[in-house]
Amino acid sequence: MNPISIVLVIIVAFLAGMEGILDEWEFHQPIVACTLIGLVCGHPTEGIILGGSLQFMALGWANIGAAVAPDAALASVASGIILMLALNGGTKDVTAAINTAIGAATALSVAGLFLTMICRTLAIPIVHGMDAAAEKGDFGAIDRLQIGAICMQGARIAIPAAALCFIPAQAVTGVLEAMPAWLSGGMTVGGGMVACVGYAMVINMMATKETWPFFVLGFVFATLKDLTLIALGLIGGCLAIIYLGLKELAKQGAGSTAGSGDPLGDILDDYE
Amino acid sequence: MAEDIKNENGIHLTVADRRAVCNRHQYLQGSWNYERMQNGGWCYAMIPAIKKLYPKKEDQIEALKRHLEFYNTHPYMSAPVIGVTLAMEEERANGAPIDDQAIQGVKVGMMGPLAGVGDPLFWYTVRPILGALGASLALGGSIVGPLLFFIAWNIIRLAFLWYSQEFGYKVGTDISKDLSGGLLGRVTEGASILGMFIIGALVQKWVSISFTPVVSNVKLDSAAYIHWNKLPAGYKGIESAFDQYFNQGLSLTPTKTTTLQQNLDSLIPGLAALGLTLLVCKLLKKKVSPIVIILCLFGVGILGRVIGFM
Repeated sequence: MNPISIVLVIIVAFLAGMEGILDEWEFHQPIVACTLIGLVCGHPTEGIILGGSLQFMALGWANIGAAVAPDAALASVASGIILMLALNGGTKDVTAAINTAIGAATALSVAGLFLTMICRTLAIPIVHGMDAAAEKGDFGAIDRLQIGAICMQGARIAIPAAALCFIPAQAVTGVLEAMPAWLSGGMTVGGGMVACVGYAMVINMMATKETWPFFVLGFVFATLKDLTLIALGLIGGCLAIIYLGLKELAKQGAGSTAGSGDPLGDILDDYE
Repeated sequence: MAEDIKNENGIHLTVADRRAVCNRHQYLQGSWNYERMQNGGWCYAMIPAIKKLYPKKEDQIEALKRHLEFYNTHPYMSAPVIGVTLAMEEERANGAPIDDQAIQGVKVGMMGPLAGVGDPLFWYTVRPILGALGASLALGGSIVGPLLFFIAWNIIRLAFLWYSQEFGYKVGTDISKDLSGGLLGRVTEGASILGMFIIGALVQKWVSISFTPVVSNVKLDSAAYIHWNKLPAGYKGIESAFDQYFNQGLSLTPTKTTTLQQNLDSLIPGLAALGLTLLVCKLLKKKVSPIVIILCLFGVGILGRVIGFM
């Protein structure tokens, strides 16, 4: 990689690391991070495709409470760099290179998890520093400590990314070419399946007796290949509005009639 | 704005002050730590307000210490909490009898329920939907995918941060009551209906499993396939072959091969993907780590390819 690309990659990695903890601008999401890495390395299309594939895997990864999800920041930045090195090294099979990068991302998302936990522990002395600054009413010191903590999170991704950049491109290509066909083929098959893990996490979060029928409807509607995702989104949105409207109506109806809510039932009840 | 001059004698937070807090609030999780979680970021966000409201040094010190207490919620849902806190601090600075416990009580009382709304709403509905929409465009190599995700997400986020903080500031201490009023509940329910529908569609579209084993080889009737050796010579032959294939529906080969996948697809396409997704749901509920599941799926993929099953 040329020096300018390396500097830009490190900046992107720094942003991704910051966002991995802040969760605001979402620079750490694969679809954004991989695209940026692709742009600064001169392979935007491949970066976007990698980002799209990884995004499907990462859909359900979220920081909930004190738990930390698999680390999307390191996964997307590092796999992006690996792909770029392979492309620079002149790899011929782009699809295989993308699939290998996805495989690497999975392993790296675990490594990133440990780095995150280390940083969150290191942040304890930082807030103790803030306590001391508060005692003195020193606003500037609190600001500096907060910014320092954020930079530490940026460095968490930027340092591994910088190290990866200096691995010679030929070495990465060499590893890729040495891979037997059954391994890369198998990775492709596995890559087709792993998207379901992200979906499953989302389903577990949202599924109730009320929402399962909508899942089935979505699944069946999607067999019609002419319907794009935007069309499906409109159908789903309308179903949600109709359902909530009817539910509201049912509630009002139940409030106004004193009977069982079923006119025929009322007649039958009164019959005796 | 009208609320800026409601009490002409006291100290007030202007729109600019509240914007400064809102901007700093974006760094809430920057010093996230295992001891008091988001406390450092919270204090950092409150600094412009503390500077404005408490001119005396000892009051400032008290306020800083007060806002370094334990705090943790969803980073966006924290915006209405900080709005309420700003209103309370302002009243306190103007002499209202609001003690430390009241302020900490409101923070702790609001953070739990709001995190419960924010996690499903943002992390499990808005982000997966925008992410999936962007990713499906990105798979074709289109820059529109990442741009759509990035721009739409940040417009929603920034608007939410500012307006919900302002809402909290105006409603002040009554906010907790308002949240049980039902509107938020309906929004969450509608979002999860839309979310489930889209996830169903995504399982169909993007989880791909293909079983390659051949189930049957049926020898076709002599009239049902193209006899390549009997086609006329030259371009006429090609013309005739296309005619037989497209218009008469003849088969290209003398035998009809059916794979296991074709049998499954005739039930409903994507059935195996659906089954796999539900299995993973079960496993996740049993606290199997998602990373383990992902690695296993790669393992199954490689195994399936080696023995020629997938």
